[in-house]
Amino acid sequence: MSSYSELIKNFEKIRGYMREFYVYGFKSREEYNKKSARSYDDERRRMESWLGDNMSFVRTPEGKNVFISIDSRVRQHNPFFKALKTKSFTDGDITLHFILFDILYSPEIVLSLPEILEKIDGYLSGFEDPMVFDESTVRKKLNEYMYQGIVTGEKTGRKMMYRRAYDTPLPDITDILNFYSEVAPCGVIGSFLLDKNGNKSDFFSFKHHYITSALDSDVLSMLFKAMREKRVITVSNISRRTAAPRKNRIIPLRIFISVQNGRQHLLAYQPDFNTIKSFRIDYLSDVKLEETTPRFDELRNDLDRMQAHMWGVTAKKNRNSEERLEHVEFTVKIAENEEHIIRRLDREKRVGQIQKLDDNTYSFSADVYDSSEMIPWIRTFICRITELHFSNRAVEKQFKRDIKEMYCLYGIEEAGM
Amino acid sequence: MIFNELYSAYYNSVAKIIAAVIDGKTDDETLSKIVSDNAFGESMLTVLPSIKSEKWQLIKSDMTTELKHIPSMPLTLIQKQWLKAVSLDPRIKLFNVQITGLEKVEPLFTPEDYFIYDKYGDGDPYDDENYGEHFRTVLYALKNGKNLKIEMLNRRGNTVFMKCVPERLEYSEKDDKFRLAVSGNRFIKTVNLARITKCRVFDDPVFHSSAPKEKLESLTLKVREERNTLERCMLHFAHFEKRAEKADGHYLLHIKFNSDDEPEMVIRVLSFGPTVEVMGPASFKNKIIDKLKSQKSCELN
Repeated sequence: MSSYSELIKNFEKIRGYMREFYVYGFKSREEYNKKSARSYDDERRRMESWLGDNMSFVRTPEGKNVFISIDSRVRQHNPFFKALKTKSFTDGDITLHFILFDILYSPEIVLSLPEILEKIDGYLSGFEDPMVFDESTVRKKLNEYMYQGIVTGEKTGRKMMYRRAYDTPLPDITDILNFYSEVAPCGVIGSFLLDKNGNKSDFFSFKHHYITSALDSDVLSMLFKAMREKRVITVSNISRRTAAPRKNRIIPLRIFISVQNGRQHLLAYQPDFNTIKSFRIDYLSDVKLEETTPRFDELRNDLDRMQAHMWGVTAKKNRNSEERLEHVEFTVKIAENEEHIIRRLDREKRVGQIQKLDDNTYSFSADVYDSSEMIPWIRTFICRITELHFSNRAVEKQFKRDIKEMYCLYGIEEAGM
Repeated sequence: MIFNELYSAYYNSVAKIIAAVIDGKTDDETLSKIVSDNAFGESMLTVLPSIKSEKWQLIKSDMTTELKHIPSMPLTLIQKQWLKAVSLDPRIKLFNVQITGLEKVEPLFTPEDYFIYDKYGDGDPYDDENYGEHFRTVLYALKNGKNLKIEMLNRRGNTVFMKCVPERLEYSEKDDKFRLAVSGNRFIKTVNLARITKCRVFDDPVFHSSAPKEKLESLTLKVREERNTLERCMLHFAHFEKRAEKADGHYLLHIKFNSDDEPEMVIRVLSFGPTVEVMGPASFKNKIIDKLKSQKSCELN
């Protein structure tokens, strides 16, 4: 039986648990039936160790519900970054790491593998039961560090000579790191840099700040890498409709980030269906980079063009490449001194046009791929909508039915009126 | 890969422990503090015992070490690539710092690779030199505990002068705006950076008041599990301190929010339509009812 450790080898399992505990937080231990009870207990214990006071629980008739509650406005640093600093390692890994960088303490030191091995033995000989590292283990570690860019290797004749990579002399970027670690994609990397220079500060705070995306940093960095290198990828996708993850072979084109609903999507071309489709990034895992594709620029240009008609993340609906647009138009009335409503319309619209009909009436119209994506926004103008027309009649009917239902819900109208 | 032991809290803690030992600080109190400051709740059970038992052969049991240099590591490729990506962001100008040495590094991403599709369109003017100056003055005052004299335009476009103690600089990703939370002024608690027309630090300790206290309100929502509302609603309100519970055929979501944000919260709740219902407080519910009554009077057919 393996013993519990605070550290983990694979992030994927706990990624799911953390999201559930943070986003939902109403499930009891018994409801996490996908995994074993022991697995649940271990993951919960790890999260308690990493997140401390951010973990809470309530007792319900169904049992104890553990949840993560964080007001991200009062946190200057995303607590979820801690989860990405928990990778497990072997006793040999950590020993070798610090010895190697003590040997290669300056880029001027250039050594061959046998020379490094001899020096390692010197570091270990004073221990009661010294570890022994063979040539292949050390070579593997050096290769790993070359891949990470912290060691370089150059062939001299038949010999590979190793040295520490030259460091990048950076100015004081503490403020930049404190800001961008929270707002830039893959911000956890900024947090790693803050750990390195040890100068965290608390001058910045963040409003409307969704922090769960930190858990998707590894997937996101692989998607960026694929886009930079114009590559096809294969990726596992969990769909709400299917229980098992589905493998997809796609061309990633752009990441769509929402700062209003906490979701991130990948817009990608699906060759099998000849369509550009959105994928929730928190549902993606196991990204594998495949061959480069000559179609990347053409497909991204296509997406650029389509963005003029995208309210959210829906690019087109038709599998036959037919782009069917839906027309949306609504009118709002404003009273005197309510010009701020029109400013709101203007700053919040992502596509479309505003037209002044008279001093108190303005209309908004747009042609989009999916008019249902606009519904939540249009509802924020409830109290002043005088006209509403959707070319997609089903969406219009649903909108009007919903308003009627709200009248009933809040006792303004009786049901069935 | 981002998930790598090179960035782990344990490696960071051990690097600092080695540095302390090289510096002759080997007492348990110092080393334990390093672990508690840099790692997690239960790390104490692993890190120091692994070192002391020579499981990790870096420091001998007599607390001496063969390591001669304070541990350090060059920037990894992905760290450089991320910094390069950040250096392409338009807001970087605000910091007036040139990140050099990355000329040959490919960015991890460029502004072309991602799109924030629901950010408001009237974000702060990051290219405006005056705005940049004000940003740096505010940041300097915050970091150095200085007071500020600010001249700004209020909502009506009138010029207002104020002296204040800067407390923190808040950035809203949705609004794409910086706001300065201040104390020491009876009337103004928040200053939109883009409204500042002049700004300078001053040393006189003319006043000091406690930091502005947030007044939190509680809101309870009844969430129906229809049209994926449960997931959408939980995610949408995820950034608040909140608690959810299962009830009979629905879910109850309890949220705490800043009372200043009530108008925004009202429209955020409205955006969910009939699948999210306000259960309380009554004052919040009445605001929804008022909006619906006004809507009914619009006679939308």
